[in-house]
Amino acid sequence: MNNKRQAYLAAPYGLWIIVCTIIPLLFILGYAVTNDAGKLTFDNLLAIADPVNLKCLMLSFKTSIITTVICLLLSYPVALILNSANIKNKSFVVFLFILPMWMNFMLRILAWQIILSNNGLLNSLLSALHIPTQHILYTEKAVILGMVYDFLPYMLLPIYNALSRINNDVIEAAKDLGANNLQVFTRVILPLTKSGVISGIIMVFVPALSSFVVSNVLGGGKVMLIGNVIEQEFTLARDWNTGSGLSIILMIFVLLAMGITQKQDNAGEGGTLI
Amino acid sequence: MKKFKNGVSIFYLAIIFLFLYAPILVLIGLSFNNSMSRTVWGGFTFQWYASMTQNDSIIDALGTTLRISIFSSILATILGTAAAVGICAMKKRNAQIMLGATNIPLLNADIVTGISMMLLITRFTHLGEASVMVSHIVFSVPYVIFNVMPRMQQMNASCYEAALDLGASPVYAFYKVVWPELIPGVLSGFLMALTMSLDDFTITYFTKGAGVNTLSTMLYTELRKGIQPELYALSTVLFLLAFGMLFLMNVKKEPNQNRKEAKA
Repeated sequence: MNNKRQAYLAAPYGLWIIVCTIIPLLFILGYAVTNDAGKLTFDNLLAIADPVNLKCLMLSFKTSIITTVICLLLSYPVALILNSANIKNKSFVVFLFILPMWMNFMLRILAWQIILSNNGLLNSLLSALHIPTQHILYTEKAVILGMVYDFLPYMLLPIYNALSRINNDVIEAAKDLGANNLQVFTRVILPLTKSGVISGIIMVFVPALSSFVVSNVLGGGKVMLIGNVIEQEFTLARDWNTGSGLSIILMIFVLLAMGITQKQDNAGEGGTLI
Repeated sequence: MKKFKNGVSIFYLAIIFLFLYAPILVLIGLSFNNSMSRTVWGGFTFQWYASMTQNDSIIDALGTTLRISIFSSILATILGTAAAVGICAMKKRNAQIMLGATNIPLLNADIVTGISMMLLITRFTHLGEASVMVSHIVFSVPYVIFNVMPRMQQMNASCYEAALDLGASPVYAFYKVVWPELIPGVLSGFLMALTMSLDDFTITYFTKGAGVNTLSTMLYTELRKGIQPELYALSTVLFLLAFGMLFLMNVKKEPNQNRKEAKA
């Protein structure tokens, strides 16, 4: 194969990466370390130490961690059930999990607003069953629920893919050697799906950490995450420098979180998430 | 015991499906609601389906959404496919650098990607519809590359060389030998790019010019003042179209590669 000529096919993409991926990030960095007069400063990065911003960052971490754990606990059993031999048409069931993503994201979140509101569907149902009504909308609970709803497929699919790759003979071998069901699960299935779990965690945690739409719609302005702070710096305060500074901080935390998570994956199946 | 376990499994799946589909059922319900209110049921009506085609702002937003998604995903597919073919011929170190850079838009928070593109574009020109298209290409190219790359790597290079030895020109050999192998990867990459682009809000929100609205950004601005009911009708139609399309694709694929599909 004429390798050199073939490699040139990637040249437009190489240029594209530089112009549309690397340079834009340098722009953010540029805004982050200057003030509006163009002087070098670290104030924008240190803005995260402001108690108000710090509180939002901590809340972001809290909601993202809770969201990720709930997604993991909900989707692992689903993946196990789908993978067990009981269900005939597996790819169709998987398809049913992806389908909701084809309803507009904003509308899906809005629908939760309608379900959770004080005189909404959930409370009508609860009062019909004579259960005390719940005040969920515009609290952290609603934001977490919205995020779990939105990100569940991103956790489910990598875990399911990892599970379906496990050779049944391995499980049978473990059973032949005297392992009970629990041992098969903890010593064989769990380690073999670790890389799927880790991709899932990254694919849920990272967008959850930086989300601002869900908290805006279901938190009603009462739940301020770091994503909301950054968005408001750009759209309301028009302070691009502080906004960029906080974005860089967010980026650093995302990279750190990813580094820590991926370090657990010492089996090292490779870096791509899809 | 086994029967009991089966029952629990099905019950659990049903609960999860209820959770996933409850909002969608609510929206479909609202599209038939003869009332402007979101919480009051005013009787059954088809009027929103009839009036949605006459609502200029909605048709305009739909047009913008489709233009941006289709253009950006076609361009991303071309750029990404060429890149994947090229990267496979690179030295290992260079290929790793390229793939590392390809991961950036996937791993970066959407809000950071959106803001960085806005900063770049406002420095040199102004925001509009084209700026949204460019930004959508940024986040969709990686999906194309990571769908096409495995196809390239699984392919036997000897086939292409054999074609050359038998007198085919490189272009002809590529078209006849390599391309047919790539098509499934290219198609799934394109579909992923299209899906991501259609559903995107954050990046569009930061890179759109004044007066440019996709369905997502239009809904966002309407959240406070109230959603036009025609939007529920339109979304229901779009959802059912997507459902029909994916359903047909799924049924067609079923017989021969059920097992393979689960792994893909």
